[in-house]
Amino acid sequence: MKKIHALVAAAVLFAAGSAQAADVTLLNVSYDPTRELYKNVNAAFAAEWKAKTGDNVTINQSHGGSGAQARAVIDGLDADVVTLALAYDIDAIAQKAQLLPAGWQKRLPDNSTPYTSTIVFLVRKGNPWKIKDWPDLVKPGIHVITPNPKTSGGARWAYLAAWAYAEKKAGGSKDAAKEFVRQIYAHVPVLDAGARGATTNFAQRGIGDVLLSWENEAHLALKEEPGKFDIVYPSNSILAEPPVAVVDKNVDRHGTRKAAEAYLQFLYSKKGQEIEAQNFYRPRDAAILAAHARDFPNIPLYTIDDVFGGWTKAQATHFADGGVFDQIYKPSK
Amino acid sequence: MSSVAIPSRFARLRNPSALPGFGLTLGFTLFYLSAIVLLPLTALLLKPWTMGWDGFVAAITEPRVLASLKLSFGGAAIAALVNAVFGLIVAWALTRYRFPGKRLFDALVDLPFALPTAVAGIALSALYAPNGWLGGPLSLLGVKIAFTPAGVIVALIFIGLPFVVRTLQPVIADMSEEAEEAAATLGATRWQTLRRVVLPALTPALVTGTGLAFARAVGEYGSLIFIAGNLPMKSEIAPLLIIIKLQQYDYTGAAAIGLVMLAASFVIILALNLFQSLLAARR
Repeated sequence: MKKIHALVAAAVLFAAGSAQAADVTLLNVSYDPTRELYKNVNAAFAAEWKAKTGDNVTINQSHGGSGAQARAVIDGLDADVVTLALAYDIDAIAQKAQLLPAGWQKRLPDNSTPYTSTIVFLVRKGNPWKIKDWPDLVKPGIHVITPNPKTSGGARWAYLAAWAYAEKKAGGSKDAAKEFVRQIYAHVPVLDAGARGATTNFAQRGIGDVLLSWENEAHLALKEEPGKFDIVYPSNSILAEPPVAVVDKNVDRHGTRKAAEAYLQFLYSKKGQEIEAQNFYRPRDAAILAAHARDFPNIPLYTIDDVFGGWTKAQATHFADGGVFDQIYKPSK
Repeated sequence: MSSVAIPSRFARLRNPSALPGFGLTLGFTLFYLSAIVLLPLTALLLKPWTMGWDGFVAAITEPRVLASLKLSFGGAAIAALVNAVFGLIVAWALTRYRFPGKRLFDALVDLPFALPTAVAGIALSALYAPNGWLGGPLSLLGVKIAFTPAGVIVALIFIGLPFVVRTLQPVIADMSEEAEEAAATLGATRWQTLRRVVLPALTPALVTGTGLAFARAVGEYGSLIFIAGNLPMKSEIAPLLIIIKLQQYDYTGAAAIGLVMLAASFVIILALNLFQSLLAARR
């Protein structure tokens, strides 16, 4: 008899418990290389959210080219949070669909970028062509692999990193930078649409001598195929800031604002920063960055605001139709 | 109103066939074609004009756009012609002769239909890349296929083959061998028999098949982005340029290229159809 009572009590408690615990679902719309990162982040956040509130949170992930993902959100993909490769893409969501306010980037610390990354060189094992720095990319016979900046966020950062090097070095200028970037793209035999496609061409098809890569993608390639590649850090590169934001109109409609905001806050927490570092994104937290210093060599990194005056300006000058990148490919008459 | 008063052309419309069900099927056809084909195309027709005629002309006469259109249409035409020749031979062999493994080969023809185009593109670029099975030996000879316009044509030949073969096969199967035998007994050489008897009977189907292969190839995207190299002015296909424009939120620019491709394809297919009915009328 006692046993039955206990069972009934347990059942009642269980029913009560499940009635209180709400189920929350979030959709995180992100760019290509963050697949592995957010798989780990999501599991850790769900556990913490459960412990704190008792609610079950499920986070669905959507990945693709940063620009294509932004367009999908504008066209109605129901994202609660967006975590894209560059601020310009979230700006586009704010401007074209008014799903979040124009000042979204001021809402979270550090320009709303909990982690940063940069552009590095991935070369074949032993670095047979002795590629050490940016000028080595335009030596005769070198083939450079980088995707199309028009379609790939990572490629835009790579283009800007090359430009910043040539403009800021001793005796550099905007004209010199344009000529340098033109030379680099003259050494590009294949212009892939996305970062993953470029990595595949370099790693599997054996195309090219050097890949301009996201730092985390380069580490991933090293981890997955040990003994085939080396990472080369140039003398300087660019501080890539992939930002995150809550999509206000969508979370208010879903009633998921609390969880969505906590999710992004989690990216700044000690635990979140540690996961980001383990996935080869540079954490903002100085202590955690120091603990992983071996993975993140300290090279000077230019910011887009310093060299290009922000994303909107960089986009209009370099990547819009008829911009500098298009001029590079204009046939010489 | 008495039936005598109806002029003959109205009478024709009212009662075009002795078979029942005309009104129902015609109504259904019109509705179905409108909803499935015309409606989306109308949207495409309307979009580019938001930038005005000058904007439209400027958008489509940009050197880079012209180069990509040239590659998409030129590559599709070359691939379709190659398929016309070799598809005819394949269809002939698969229909006329009996040999071991015939069914297997016959099934192989359909694979390009069934395979996701991205898979085809990745497989072909792996095969023809400088470190691939075919690309390796070819690169020693100085021939580059993958990541050049030649790669585009190879991929388009691959996806276009079944269209030619599958349109020709039933026609070849229906063709009586007696006609060829008669030509032979009347003293025609093999070449004459082929040219005067066999090819004329096959031409309408060959034109249709080649036209289908061409139309399919013009808009191909999935397989080509992996093998084309995508260099502006060199190996960039028009559909990729459309995607690039969309990526920049330039919906009208994308629609302008789409409209040009649509118009050109429509004219070419219409011309092929006219040519075919001309052939049919002459026979």
